[in-house]
Order: sequence, then structure tokens, then C-alpha cells
Amino acid sequence: MNPILQLKHIRKSYNIGTSIETEILHGIDIELSSGSFSALTGPSGSGKSTLLNIIGLLEPPTSGELIIAGQSTQNIGDDQLTKLRGLNIGFVFQFHHLLPAFNALENVMMPSIIHRHLERQAAEKRAQQLLGAVGLAQALYKKPNELSGGMQQRVAIARALMLNPPLVLADEPTGNLDTHSADEIFKLLEHINQTEGISFLIVTHDMQLARRCGQGFHLVDGQLTQSF
Amino acid sequence: MSLAFEWLLAIRFLKEGRMQSWLILAGVTGGVAIIIFLTQLINQLQGTIIDRVLSSQAHIVMRPAEEAVLRFDQADTLTAALIQQRGQRLRSIDQWESFAQLARTTPGIKAVSPLATGPVFARNNLASKSVVLMGIVPEDYLNVVNMNRYLVKGRFDIGSEQTVIGTELAKDLGVNLGDRIQVVSESGVVQNLTIVGLFDINNKDLNKRWVFTQLRLAQSLLNIPGGVSSIDLTVHDLFGAKLLAQRLSKQTGLLVESWMETNSGLLNALSNQTVTNNLIRVFVVIIVALGIASVLVVSVVQKQKEIGILRAMGATQQQVLRIFLMQGAIFGSLGSLMGVSLAFALLTLFASIYKAPNGSIMFTAQLDPNLVVMASIVALLVGILAALLPARRAARMDPVQAIRS
Ligand SMILES: Nc1ncnc2c1ncn2[C@@H]1O[C@H](COP(=O)(O)OP(=O)(O)O)[C@@H](O)[C@H]1O
Ligand SMILES: [Mg+2]
Repeated sequence: MNPILQLKHIRKSYNIGTSIETEILHGIDIELSSGSFSALTGPSGSGKSTLLNIIGLLEPPTSGELIIAGQSTQNIGDDQLTKLRGLNIGFVFQFHHLLPAFNALENVMMPSIIHRHLERQAAEKRAQQLLGAVGLAQALYKKPNELSGGMQQRVAIARALMLNPPLVLADEPTGNLDTHSADEIFKLLEHINQTEGISFLIVTHDMQLARRCGQGFHLVDGQLTQSF
Repeated sequence: MSLAFEWLLAIRFLKEGRMQSWLILAGVTGGVAIIIFLTQLINQLQGTIIDRVLSSQAHIVMRPAEEAVLRFDQADTLTAALIQQRGQRLRSIDQWESFAQLARTTPGIKAVSPLATGPVFARNNLASKSVVLMGIVPEDYLNVVNMNRYLVKGRFDIGSEQTVIGTELAKDLGVNLGDRIQVVSESGVVQNLTIVGLFDINNKDLNKRWVFTQLRLAQSLLNIPGGVSSIDLTVHDLFGAKLLAQRLSKQTGLLVESWMETNSGLLNALSNQTVTNNLIRVFVVIIVALGIASVLVVSVVQKQKEIGILRAMGATQQQVLRIFLMQGAIFGSLGSLMGVSLAFALLTLFASIYKAPNGSIMFTAQLDPNLVVMASIVALLVGILAALLPARRAARMDPVQAIRS
């Protein structure tokens, strides 16, 4: 299968040009095929979130090349980058990062509203379907603060799927949940991967969950190795 | 381009910061109301004052070249001038018809009225008073000063041996409508006149002194046959009077003065008032702008995380910029809408409280559409400009920073 994502010699340093410049990623190469379900593990502070943010085009690498859905992200402007991100990548974070002023339905619709992707009614219908699929058909009009941690994370997952992106990046999506909820969320992600063919790259501390993935990457000392 | 996303976020953010939003909206409303109220008040009162001053005065007066002392706005000066000139022949404009014709054909001139005026005595068997004879062509004079407005009795339709005098003079002489008085010229010529009208021009001195007759009669009594002592003009554009006067002066060689020069003290006072009002306006605009800007700066800091999330989901910098510019625009437009309403309420209240001593209306509550439109545009622009800095700050925020925290 053709790759949804290719990283070539990605390096990332902070405080570039200062006396305390530190390189966190020392040249990362990965290739994710579309429809894959991968885990990214590594000790805390090893740069997992940084790598995910680079893949998600939220921050630029110091050097190296990134190709998403066949398009290189070198030398493209911020607006194009933003657009590429919005249309190709869904995010799920450790903290749900829902908008507190909007209810579940509106939060899920938000990517479509931002990108003027669907007509309002069509967007609402899709958001309802997605919330139904993550088991929240009864909570459409609840605000984030009226939902439990697991439910919030489900809303965030539904939101990540709104524009049907080929790749979803999840940064410790279960890190904040109890074992049972974590298992439920993980099952949901697996299910979406299998039914929708969306690729997932999931950062997790939990080795048991990681082993349920199709492939695993391990990040230590700024170097990436494929563990299985 | 649809701005649905920007609107949705702008409005939701405003609703979230309800307290701040209401406070700044109240600020903008108050600012717009103050500006409209003050401007409307000052414009209308100034209008009333100018109207009162000019209603019994020509806008422009053309006089013989050397006769600089004679001024009609101050009766005392007038008397002094008349006393000074006693004994000499009154100065007059001799080919006045050609000057009047020139004035009539000058664009911007509304009406032209020749006037032969000079000192005479008015008497009956009871008393004798020093007065000013006003020889006029009634239909022309009415176009310059609408005497019908001031007529208390009778009509301003003066025949060859008829006169219209002021109420004070009538009281002094103990005469009334239909009675006869005598006018005695300096050379001793006596003329009988029948009173066909009494006026009250809101000026005690003029009510005592003005005695209207036909132009021709005055010319012979004042010994200026065929001449006039002045040509009175009205103009279409009040504040263009000075320029027109200068032009006519150059063309005719006569002494031509506009109301703006004869009332320079009043004009100064009015323009000082306008300057003060403008200063107030500028300060109000600055305060409102600072208020909007500070509320939005706080809002941007509070919404840091949300902005980061939106950016992560693909909102562009321009979209974020517009969200905050719109908030400024909403403050501006909503505030101006409410401000206009508040100003109207204040004007209505003011109009009902402040009345002239005789109970007549001094002031009516009305909104000048131009002023309303201008104020609204300014409020909208100020809102957007005040939002510019906070909005740029929001747009430049690093999404990663917001998400990591
Ligand atoms: N903006 C930044 N400036 C400087 N250092 C940073 C910045 N962001 C992350 N780091 C550092 O990069 C390293 C990797 O962080 P992170 O990617 O969050 O690790 P992980 O997600 O694996 O715990 C950490 O040492 C962190 O302190
Ligand atoms: Mg992390």
C-alpha cells in the first residue's frame, strides 16, 4: 500500500543558536502505510509529543522532510500548511481540548465549520452519526464540563474524524483515564481503524495497549526504532 | 466567502465573557450617546441663536464706501453715528439700481432690498422722539427680514402716507393702530403718516426707533433723492456670506459687510463651543477605543487555549484575526445602535425639561441622519481598529504552546 506519511531524517532542536541549544530528535525516518494502526512508545521527555506535533504540522522540524498524502511540506506557507493539516490529520490529545463554550455536537462539527467543508445540515448529520458511533447519541447537547473524562475523549475522537482524515494522531489518548475507560477508548480506535481504514499513530505509555497495535515504534535518546 | 465560522466564534466568545462584554458595550453606548447628544444639542442651540440673530438682520449690507461707522447691530453706535453726521448730508449710494441688479444676478444671493435710513423725529401732540426712518420697498424688505413674523397688529403693507412702527414707540407716543403721527426731518419738513402696523422685534431699542415708510418718501425726507443708504441682502448659504461680501466689495467698490463680520464676537463664541465639543469627541473616541482594546487583550489571553485548539484543527491565522476584529466590530456597531437610542432618549428628556421662560419650545429632540450615520461609521471603525492589536496577537499565537500546557 502507498504510504500516508513519510518522515525523512527529521531533526528537531530547541533554542536554536543559543548556548543551550538541545537536539531532541536526531534524524527520524518513518513510513506509515495508509490504514495502519501504530503505537509510539518511549520514556517521558523523549520527544514523542514533539514528533507528533511535527507530523501534525503544528511545528516545523529543524531539518528533514515530511510527506503527507503524497505532498511534501517543505517550502509551503503557513496557510497552506494549516489547510493541509486540517484536511489530512485528526488530533486526539491526552487532554480532550474541547471548546468549553460549545456543546458536543458543535465541537464535533467545528473542523467542518472551520474548513467550510459541508453545509451546516450535512455537517450536523455527520456529527450526530459520529457521536452515535462513539456511544454518545444521548449527549449531543452537553457541554464538555458536563461529560466524564472518557466521554470527553470520545467527543474528541468524533471531532478528529469529522473531515474523514486519512491519518489520526493520538497523543496519550488514554493517559488520563482509568483502565476500563482506557480499554474502551482503545477498542473504539481499533474499530474505527478496521471499519473506516483510517491510519492511527498512537502515543502511549501502556505497553499492553501498545502490543495490540499492528506495529510499534520506540523513541529513545532522539532515535526511533521499530520494536515490532 | 462565508464568515460563518468567524461569526460563530466571535459571538460565542463574547457570550462567554458576558460581564466584560456588557461593560464595554455600555462604554461604547455611552460614548456614542454623549457624542451624538452633545453635537445635536450644540448644533441646534447654535442654529437657534444664529436664527434669532439673523432673523432681524440682513446677511450682507452694502453701504457707501466711506461710511464705516454706521452699524445696525448696535443701536447705541447707530445713534452715535447719526449724531456725528448731523449737519452733513447723509451719504448715499447713488446708482443703487445698478448695484442692486448686480447683487440680484450674483449666484448665492437670495434677496435684495434697498434701504434709505436716517435720523428724524416722530411726534404727535403728546411727545416727540428721536427715531430712525426706515425707507423701504416693502415686498423687497420682507424677503430680507420677515417682518410679518414680528407683527403684533395690522399688516406690513405700507402705502405712500402710511407707516409701521414698534410697540415701544407706540407706547411712548401713546398711539395705536389707525392713529396718525408726524415725522419731522432735519430740515424741518413735516409729513403725516397713518399707522398700519405695530411690530415687536424682540429688541427694545429697535422697537423704540424703527419707523418704516416707503422708500421714496424717506428719500425726500432725508434729502437723498434717488439714493439709498444701504442695500440689504440675504444669501442661501449663511456661512458663505463673508466670501460673497468680499466679492461684491471688490466688484462695486462699496463697503460690503456680512453678518459674520458684524457678529464676529458671537461667531467666535460659537466656534469656541465647537472646538470644545470636538475635543470632547476626540477624548471620548480615544477612551472608547482603549476600552475595547483592553477588553479584547484580556479576552485573547483568556482564550489562548481555545485559539490553539482551533489552529490545530486547521483555522488559519486570518480566521483567528477576523474572529477578534469582528468582536471589535460588534462592540462598535451594537454600541452605536444603542448609543443612538440613548442619545434620542436624552434629547427627548432634555427637550421636555428645558423650555423658554414663556413656555415655548427652545429645543426639539431630533436626530440628524448624517450625524447618526457618521457616528455609526466612526464607532464601527474605532471598534475594528481597537481590535486590530489584540487580534494580531491572537493570530500569531503558537498553537503548540496552547496545546502542551
Ligand atoms: N518549546 C520547547 N522549548 C524547549 N524545549 C522543549 C519545548 N517543547 C518540548 N521541549 C523539550 O523537548 C523534550 C521532549 O518533550 P516531549 O516531546 O513533550 O516529550 P514526551 O512527549 O515524549 O514526554 C523535553 O525535554 C521538553 O522539555
Ligand atoms: Mg508528551
